[in-house]
Amino acid sequence: MELLMSILIGLMFAAAVYLILSKSLLRIIIGTAILSHGVNLFVLTMGGIKRGNVPILGIKATSLYNDPLPQALILTAIVISFGVTAFFLVLAYRAYQELDSESISKTRGHEADDE
Amino acid sequence: MSLLHVAILLPFIAALLIPLFYRWTKKLHTGWLALPIPVILFIYFLTFIPKTAQKATTATLEWIPRYGINFTVVLDGLSLLFALLITGIGSLVVFYSIFYLGKNKERLNNFYAFLLIFMTAMLGVVLSDNLIVLYLFWELTSISSFLLIGYWYHRERSRYGARKSMMITVFGGLMMLGGFLMLHIMTDSFSIREILSNAPSISDNIFFIPAMILILLGAFTKSAQVPFHIWLPDAMEAPTPVSAYLHSATMVKAGLYIVARFTPLFAISGVWFSVISIVGITTMLWGSVNATKKTDLKAILAYSTISQLGMIMTLLGIGSASLHFDSMNDNIYVMAIVAAMFHLFNHATFKGSLFMVAGIVDHETGTRDIRRLGGLMRIMPITATIAFIGTFAMAGIPPFNGFLSKEMFFESLTEIIHLNLFNLESWGIILPVVAWIASVFTFVYSMMIFFRTFAGKTKPYLLPKKPHEASLGLLAPPVILAAFVVGVGLFPNFIAAPILEPAVKAILPTLSHASSFHIHISFWHGFTPALFMTIGVIVFGILLYKTRRSWIPFISSKVPKAFRIGKTYDNGMFYLEQGSYRLTMYVMTGWLRTYLNYMLFAFIALILGTLFITDSLNFDFANLTQITLVDGVLAAVVFVTLIGIMFSRSRITSIILLGAMGYTISIFFVIASAPDLALTQLVIETISVVLYLLVFYHLPQFSNIEEKPKLFSTKTFLSIGVGVAVTLIALSAYDTTFYDSISKYYIDNVYKEAAGKNIVNVILVDFRGFDTLFETAVLAIASIGIFGMIKLRLTKRRKKNENE
Repeated sequence: MELLMSILIGLMFAAAVYLILSKSLLRIIIGTAILSHGVNLFVLTMGGIKRGNVPILGIKATSLYNDPLPQALILTAIVISFGVTAFFLVLAYRAYQELDSESISKTRGHEADDE
Repeated sequence: MSLLHVAILLPFIAALLIPLFYRWTKKLHTGWLALPIPVILFIYFLTFIPKTAQKATTATLEWIPRYGINFTVVLDGLSLLFALLITGIGSLVVFYSIFYLGKNKERLNNFYAFLLIFMTAMLGVVLSDNLIVLYLFWELTSISSFLLIGYWYHRERSRYGARKSMMITVFGGLMMLGGFLMLHIMTDSFSIREILSNAPSISDNIFFIPAMILILLGAFTKSAQVPFHIWLPDAMEAPTPVSAYLHSATMVKAGLYIVARFTPLFAISGVWFSVISIVGITTMLWGSVNATKKTDLKAILAYSTISQLGMIMTLLGIGSASLHFDSMNDNIYVMAIVAAMFHLFNHATFKGSLFMVAGIVDHETGTRDIRRLGGLMRIMPITATIAFIGTFAMAGIPPFNGFLSKEMFFESLTEIIHLNLFNLESWGIILPVVAWIASVFTFVYSMMIFFRTFAGKTKPYLLPKKPHEASLGLLAPPVILAAFVVGVGLFPNFIAAPILEPAVKAILPTLSHASSFHIHISFWHGFTPALFMTIGVIVFGILLYKTRRSWIPFISSKVPKAFRIGKTYDNGMFYLEQGSYRLTMYVMTGWLRTYLNYMLFAFIALILGTLFITDSLNFDFANLTQITLVDGVLAAVVFVTLIGIMFSRSRITSIILLGAMGYTISIFFVIASAPDLALTQLVIETISVVLYLLVFYHLPQFSNIEEKPKLFSTKTFLSIGVGVAVTLIALSAYDTTFYDSISKYYIDNVYKEAAGKNIVNVILVDFRGFDTLFETAVLAIASIGIFGMIKLRLTKRRKKNENE
């Protein structure tokens, strides 16, 4: 399972990097979204997908729970990446409005300064 | 805090106060405010002469005692000689400048403030016993010299000269700091006296030679030795009193001071002897030959200063050989040190007066170009007399003081042939020969200065002003200096016993035990080889001067380009600037993708490099959990959505596929027994997809800005690289746990301590509640940011509206 997950995470990172390196702002944002999925899965995998119990006391009379700490970390990460993604999306939308293009070739630093 | 500290800091304090008084005393020339300070200091230092002959005066002021950095001053013979030169010539220069600089057209408060700061710095350099304090004052001389050279900052040449001298002397200063720190590492002390007393114990340390070379770099740059001499001619853009003071009498001798001060330490090594002698003799020859081709009086004097500094440096080099002989009484090389100190004093007197003469000529005729000058002897008899004394002393003609020191120089050089040290029997003959040639050229340019300016016919049509004799105030300081030139020439022992002897004893500490050591300069009578060398210098010098029209054009035109060190410096600076500009332009393209490429490449290289170099790749498949069918299917779904997103050419497909991936991941969370994650992921994915759709509604289809996917491109290389690196990390890191998870504590105490059963939730709001607090803050900031971005339209939109 961990082997499969590792390879899958590697693929997700590769795809994310590929998209982030493209010229379109939208693809870049999709790339960052995939990247955060990949990171979340990474944390989960490294914490061990040990098929323990759901970390809620009293559901079953067992003491073998899945590690709750990575789950708490991922939960925080999901929310933060959502906030950032939402911000990026609106930023891309505004950039498109201002620059009439979604190509990052329009967002080159000194050209914008010339205006 | 003793009086000596006050003496060092007095000019600095005055420099702070003078701009204040300047406003109140508009009618008075500011120089009169500054004049008492060097005079008082000069008298104060004079009172030390009897005391210093016996023993050095020391005083300590704690500054940073924890690091051993204290403002310790030591006034021994060497320091006293320099202190007297600094304050004495300082007084004369301040007096001279009162008459030289106009009261109304110059910013005099700046001038005197800079000059007094320089005086403090210079006194600090020669009196400090602490290396760090010495370095501090050393850099202060560089800075105040920079300010003084650039005094007429509206002139391009002044700014150029100031910048050049700053670059070179600060370069040397930094090197010297490195040398000082090495000395500190070796001896664990910043005190020069302590370091000198430890000299034999560190001579085979690996830092010994590097420290020596670094300190010498500092000394050579400051004292304008080849090839660092190039800043001195350009520093002549400074007002003439500054040139007279800084660039002939005091600052350029700071390097000589350092060399003399560290002689007891470094002279143990033969490297010290060779480097100083060779650099000194080269500088002497180079400066004297180049001086003959200049036509500007100050330029000739600048190169002559370079040459004379080289001569003193050579003498210090030869003198360092004296430490290799036990017997001090009949040690002939001690005479080289005596000659060095004697010539250092002599040079300060005649060169100071010559600069003042050049200033007078400039002041009264409007030009310093010797091609336009001539015949001023009749118009300016007093100036001509001073110039006569100064130039003939510089050329080494009796009865002036330059003759005596040059005789002693030749004597030391002829002795070097017999030196049975450092393999000198074979090539030691080169030194006196080169020195003799340099002296011939010295004679030639000295004669050029005098005869081309003051003899011959006047050319009034070439002069911007009608020449006349200078005012008494301008003449008084050079007259005093000339009186010293003649007086010391006739009665050398007048300064020998009280000033030179303690100075030499300070340089050669072993000498202080030799009670029989006395300097007797009157020994210049008699037919020594040195006398014949001097006669030869005069004969050949006259010949060369008479035939100068035939060989000077040759020197100025035929010198190979490689020897034009100033040009090399200019080119170096130009290419340095160009190179860094081009490099910046090449690396900083302004494209986000370029920078991402750098970062990702570095990421891959560092990860893979570390993994392979440290051999940390280890796959342990023993502890894996079973792959079920569901896992495989989910992974396959994620894989398919990835491929779909990468190659999709419409945005709606991408969004839907991204959503599909998010939901698949939430199923992953389900099978990983993480119900809260699955819930959150579902909700957030839904909102995200809505948001994507909402925003993408306003955006165009994926435009055709994307390049065709290529198999071999930077993009594919980097993405594959990152994927491989991450997979390898995941595989290597997994199951290398060295200790148990801390989650045991959470599981055990979640109900007992926190009264909750959902462990994840209790961690989020109780055990690690701060994370949650600030995660909430992130959301709040993001929403405020989004609101602001949409609502706040400050520039573009308004402009457009106005245009419409």
